[in-house]
Amino acid sequence: MTQGGVSDVVDAVSENGSPLRRDLALIAEMIPPGSRVLDIGCAEGDLLHHLWHDKHIDGRGIELSQAGVHACVSRGLSVIQGDADTDLIDYPDLSFDYAVLSQTLQATRSPRDVLDNLVRIGRHAIVSVPNFGYWRVRLALLFRGRMPVTPNLPFSWFDTPNIHLCTISDLTALCADMEIIIERSLIMFPRGVAKPMAPQWLANLLGEGAIFLLKKAR
Amino acid sequence: MTATESRPPLTGDGTTSSPLDHSQRLVVPVAEPMPLDCGTPLAPIVIAYRTYGKLNADRSNAILICHALTGDQFVADRHPVTGKPGWWGHMIGPGRPIDTDRYFVICPNALGGCMGTTGPNSIDPATGAPYALDFPVITIGDMVRAQKLLVDALGIDQLFCVIGGSMGGMQVLQWAADYPDSVFGAIPIATSWRHTAQNIAFHEVGRQAIMSDPDWHEGNYDRFGVRPTRGLAIARMAAHVTYLSETALHRKFGRSLQDRKMLSFGFGADFQVESYLRHQGITFVDRFDANSYLYMTRAMDYFDLALGHGGRLTPVFLGTPTRFCIVSFTSDWLFPTSESRQIVHALNAVAANVSFVEIESDKGHDAFLLDEPEFLRVLHGFLDGLAEHRGLGPADTGPDPDSRAAGQP
Repeated sequence: MTQGGVSDVVDAVSENGSPLRRDLALIAEMIPPGSRVLDIGCAEGDLLHHLWHDKHIDGRGIELSQAGVHACVSRGLSVIQGDADTDLIDYPDLSFDYAVLSQTLQATRSPRDVLDNLVRIGRHAIVSVPNFGYWRVRLALLFRGRMPVTPNLPFSWFDTPNIHLCTISDLTALCADMEIIIERSLIMFPRGVAKPMAPQWLANLLGEGAIFLLKKAR
Repeated sequence: MTATESRPPLTGDGTTSSPLDHSQRLVVPVAEPMPLDCGTPLAPIVIAYRTYGKLNADRSNAILICHALTGDQFVADRHPVTGKPGWWGHMIGPGRPIDTDRYFVICPNALGGCMGTTGPNSIDPATGAPYALDFPVITIGDMVRAQKLLVDALGIDQLFCVIGGSMGGMQVLQWAADYPDSVFGAIPIATSWRHTAQNIAFHEVGRQAIMSDPDWHEGNYDRFGVRPTRGLAIARMAAHVTYLSETALHRKFGRSLQDRKMLSFGFGADFQVESYLRHQGITFVDRFDANSYLYMTRAMDYFDLALGHGGRLTPVFLGTPTRFCIVSFTSDWLFPTSESRQIVHALNAVAANVSFVEIESDKGHDAFLLDEPEFLRVLHGFLDGLAEHRGLGPADTGPDPDSRAAGQP
């Protein structure tokens, strides 16, 4: 296998000095300064905080956990306690430049509706997902006959919040079906990041996860 | 335009021995009556208020605190009647969430109140006697209009933040709706955008208790030298139950008996909870006026921000520049989280800048008045962030080493 073209992980550092999670750093790179950003499932607000201080974006967040919301609000971020499945419907069309959903789509009840809302609310949507087609995941199921537990998907089947797992190919197929344009995509490998290699099945086998920049065909 | 009788001092250290002296009250002259929602102009208007901290040079650090139904302006200093500490003493002060080393805090007694601001027990210039029921029925909008006169008179164009819980939260929302450019940040706590049927019903019970007291005399008790204390106490007892939660009552009292070992088989206060409620009622009448209670509860009942917008809340906040932080409490069944969520949804629908936090607490509606650490932390954090957005520097003096550094790095 080749890792050619794999760039080094972006070294974005959040305000408190701790490095931004890898996929968040990559997402931050995709967002131009001054944008209006809605981060859905923003956890403790690391991405929003980074974007506010580094790129002066106008950011909002939605977070399910009370602890996450408290942490965000205490950091001066505008975040509401809410749910991607139920609360996106309130936002008007194109009210944000970017609607971000990082590592959350697989935990929603209705990923298709959530995706539909993302590209409706945002001029662009950025979605990052773990890849259930990753070779280690496949091997776990093939040889051990057990539901895979990996660093990226660290939960057992009975306590995982990830109820709608998909592969990279699944997501690109859904986008095609929904007439969503994939403007850009990045595949995350254990040791770096790259543009998707052809053929797609290889990315689907070797990538731990992926980040997609999407927009609605209008 | 408003004028002050004598320019009110812009600072207050909260140690004045007689807070009801006239050093901190604004008088709007008779020549300029204030229009009321009911159509009757009101004059004169006196607004009694307290301030804490110092107004900065560009007058950008003022926080207005709106009190709840039975609150008053003594938010952070000793109450002149009860002698108790301020009702939000743990919230306001040097190094506290609402840091008086950093912000200039204003707390007026609401219009219709009974602690110095014009209300039904004020003297009607037409008769020389207390207004009683001749006082016009006021609204939350009228209370806010009066507060705006005070804020204008203090020379403040834009409030850094307006904060209040319950009826105070209604005023916060009204401020943001009526004077969006004068409100940089807004924190409506444990409140709603309109008073629910259930809450109107509870208020009606309270009012009927007062009005059925023979000492009420159609509101003219002053003329008879009496006060409808029994009615007012019962109103308070009924209301007080709605401020608590089953869990809180059970934890505090359970079925414990009061000063006795067995049931009396009578109607004395067998249970501690009865004794507690009676005490709440009796002490309340010392500091509150019965007619004031009627008018204030009525103002809350009439509150409906969507009135005039076809019942829709969204148009009220269209284009709002204000940054909101909405707070509710899990066990508050008087102003439940669902009410706050409706406000959040309306604000989201106009892409407003809004934070929303539901605080875990089993203390019911009263939780907003209590020392709930998580609540205090969230408020502190939101204000720090707000100050950063407003470009306010850190506290002037006595920086608390534990507090988060704010201001641009």
